[in-house]
Amino acid sequence: MSLIAFAGRRLAQAIPVLLIITVAAFSVIHLVPGDPARVMLGSRATDEAVQVLREQLGLDKPLVTQYLDFLKAAMQLDFGDSLFQRTAIGPIVAARAVHSLALVGYAVLISLVIAVPLALLSAIRRNLLADHVVRALTTLAFCMPSFWTALLLVLLFSIRLKFFPTSGLGDSPLAYLASLTLPAVSIGLYLTPILLRSLRASLIQTLGAEFVEAARARGFGEARILFKHVLRNSLIAMLTILGINVGFLISGAVIVENVFSIPGLGSLMVAAIVQRDYPVIVALTLVFGVVVVAANFLVDLSYALLDPRIRQ
Amino acid sequence: MQTASSPTPLLAARDLSVGLVNRHGAFLATNRVSLAVDRGQSLGLLGESGCGKSITLRALLGLVPHPGEIVGGSVTWKGRDWRSLSKSEIRRIRGKDIAMIFQDPASCLNPVFTIGDQVTETLRLKLALKAKAARELARDLLDQVGIPAPEERLRLYPHQLSGGMRQRVMIAMAIATEPDLLLADEPTTALDVTIQDQILTLLARLKERNRMAMILVSHDVGVVAQNCDFIAVMYAGHIVEWGPTHDVLRTPRHPYTRGLLAAIPRLEVSGGRHPLQTIAGAPPTPGELPEGCPFRLRCPSARPECATIPVTLDRKPPDHGSACPIVM
Repeated sequence: MSLIAFAGRRLAQAIPVLLIITVAAFSVIHLVPGDPARVMLGSRATDEAVQVLREQLGLDKPLVTQYLDFLKAAMQLDFGDSLFQRTAIGPIVAARAVHSLALVGYAVLISLVIAVPLALLSAIRRNLLADHVVRALTTLAFCMPSFWTALLLVLLFSIRLKFFPTSGLGDSPLAYLASLTLPAVSIGLYLTPILLRSLRASLIQTLGAEFVEAARARGFGEARILFKHVLRNSLIAMLTILGINVGFLISGAVIVENVFSIPGLGSLMVAAIVQRDYPVIVALTLVFGVVVVAANFLVDLSYALLDPRIRQ
Repeated sequence: MQTASSPTPLLAARDLSVGLVNRHGAFLATNRVSLAVDRGQSLGLLGESGCGKSITLRALLGLVPHPGEIVGGSVTWKGRDWRSLSKSEIRRIRGKDIAMIFQDPASCLNPVFTIGDQVTETLRLKLALKAKAARELARDLLDQVGIPAPEERLRLYPHQLSGGMRQRVMIAMAIATEPDLLLADEPTTALDVTIQDQILTLLARLKERNRMAMILVSHDVGVVAQNCDFIAVMYAGHIVEWGPTHDVLRTPRHPYTRGLLAAIPRLEVSGGRHPLQTIAGAPPTPGELPEGCPFRLRCPSARPECATIPVTLDRKPPDHGSACPIVM
C-alpha cells in the first residue's frame, strides 16, 4: 500500500474520534449542574441578564439543534464570544495556539538534539562510564520540577548572563526566538530523559539484531551500521512517546508559560476555568482534542515512512 | 589441489579458545579448537546446539559478540594472523574474501530497506561500483541464485519474500564478490526440506564454479554428509573427531560421533521396529564441564582414566583423528 493510501485511511479513522471530541466539548456546558447561564454569570446576576445569555448561547433551543449549530460554527472556527474578554474566541485561541505550538515545537527540537546523540553514545557504550554519566544526568534533569528548572535558567541566563529576556515575547523573529529559548529549554529538559531512555533501549535491542551482525560480517563500518541501519529501526518507540507528550504539552505547559509570562494555551485554559468562561473552555477542549489527534496522525505517518511493514 | 595439511592453508585456526559470558558467569565456548580449510574444500562443523560451532564460525571472522572475546589461540587468513591486520584491512576481507550466511534469513536482512537497497549497498561498498552498475549486477546475481523476476524482487522489502527467497538473497550478496571462503551457519535449518535441498544444491554449484572454500555449520548429519569433504565433530567446545567425510561416517571413532550417528532415524523397508537410539544424559552446561574428557559422563565406554586425559586428536588433519584414546 502506498504512503498516500495509508495516510488517507488514517485520516478517515480520525473522523469518528474527532466527532466524539466535539460531543465531549459540547457537553462541557451541559454537564454543569443547574442552569448553565446562571452558573456562568454567578449568583448575583439579574434574571434578565441570565435570559439574554441563554438566548445568546442558544440554550433555549432543543439539544440536537444546539449541537448541530455548535458543529457548524466550530467548522468555521466560530466559537462565539468570550464572556470575560467580550471578543470573539477564535482569534484569541489562534494567537495563543501559535505561541504554544512554537514553544512545544522548539522544546521538541531541543530535546531531540540532546537526546538522539546521547542515546547513541549510551547505546554503543552501554554499561560503561559514558552511559552511566548520561543516564545519571538525564535522571537528574527529569527529577527537577519544570518551574524550578525554569527559575534556575532565568537566574543564570537572564539575570546573571543577560543572554535571554526573563519574560514576555519579543517582536522581531530573532527576539521572539530568544524569548522562547529558556521556556523551551525548561520543557526540553523534561522531555529529553523520556526520549533518551526509550531510544537507548530500542537501539540496544536493534544492535543485537542479526541483520547488524550480518552487516558486520559483510565488512560494513560501524558508523554506517549505526546511523543507517540501526537508528532507523529504533526510532518508532521514541516517536510514540514523543507524540503522547506533544499532545500533553500543548495544554500542559502552563507552569512554564506562567513563569515566563508567555500567553499560551495552557495559561488561557487556567484563566478560563478560574473565570468560569465556559465558551472558551469549550473551544479549548476542542482544540486540545484536535491537537492530540493531529499529533498521533503525524506519528502514525512517520511510522509508515520509517517502516514499510506498517504500510501493509 | 592443496590439502588442509599444506603449510599455508586459506584459513586456519590454531588452539582457538573463545570466552563468553552468560548469567552464570564467564565460560569457554570453544576450547583449543584447531581447524583449516583450503581453496575449493568444504569442512562441516557438526554438533548439537550449544556445542560452540556457531561461535567458532564467528570467531573465524573476528565477530565474537561483546562481552565475549577470543582468549587464546590464533586465526590466520592466507598465512596472516588476524591480530596483525588493521581494522580497515579486516573490514575489507569481511564480505569480500570471506562471506557469511546465517541461519535465519528473515532476521538477517534489514526490514526497513528494499532488497535492491541492501544488495546494491553491498556491491557499492565491496566492489566500488556506481549506482547503475550495482543495480545491474544485483539483478544478475538474483538471477544466478534462481530468483525469478529479479527486477521486481529488487523493489520488494524482505517481509514480502519467502524464507527460501530471502536466503537466496543472502547468498547472492555473499557470492557477489566471488569470495574465497563462505562461512555458512546452519543455512538451511529455518527452511522447508524441499527448499533446503535447493539451497544446498545452489551452494554446491557455486562452490564448484568459483572454487570457493566453505565451512558449513550444522547439527544435521545428512546436510554435512552431502556437502562437505571433511567433517569436524564438536562437543562442548572441543573438536572430538576430524576426518574425511566418508571415513568419519563409515567408521566413526569417537564414542560421541558413534552416538550421534546411531541417533539418526532410519526408514527400514524390511519391516520390524527399531527404537530410536539416543545419547543418554544431556550436554553439559557451559562453565560446568567435567575434568578431562567432556563426554565421559555420558559415554558408554568411560573409564576412570577419562577424568585426566587431555582432549587432543590422535592424528593430525587431514587424517582421521579422534580425541578418545580408549575406543580405538
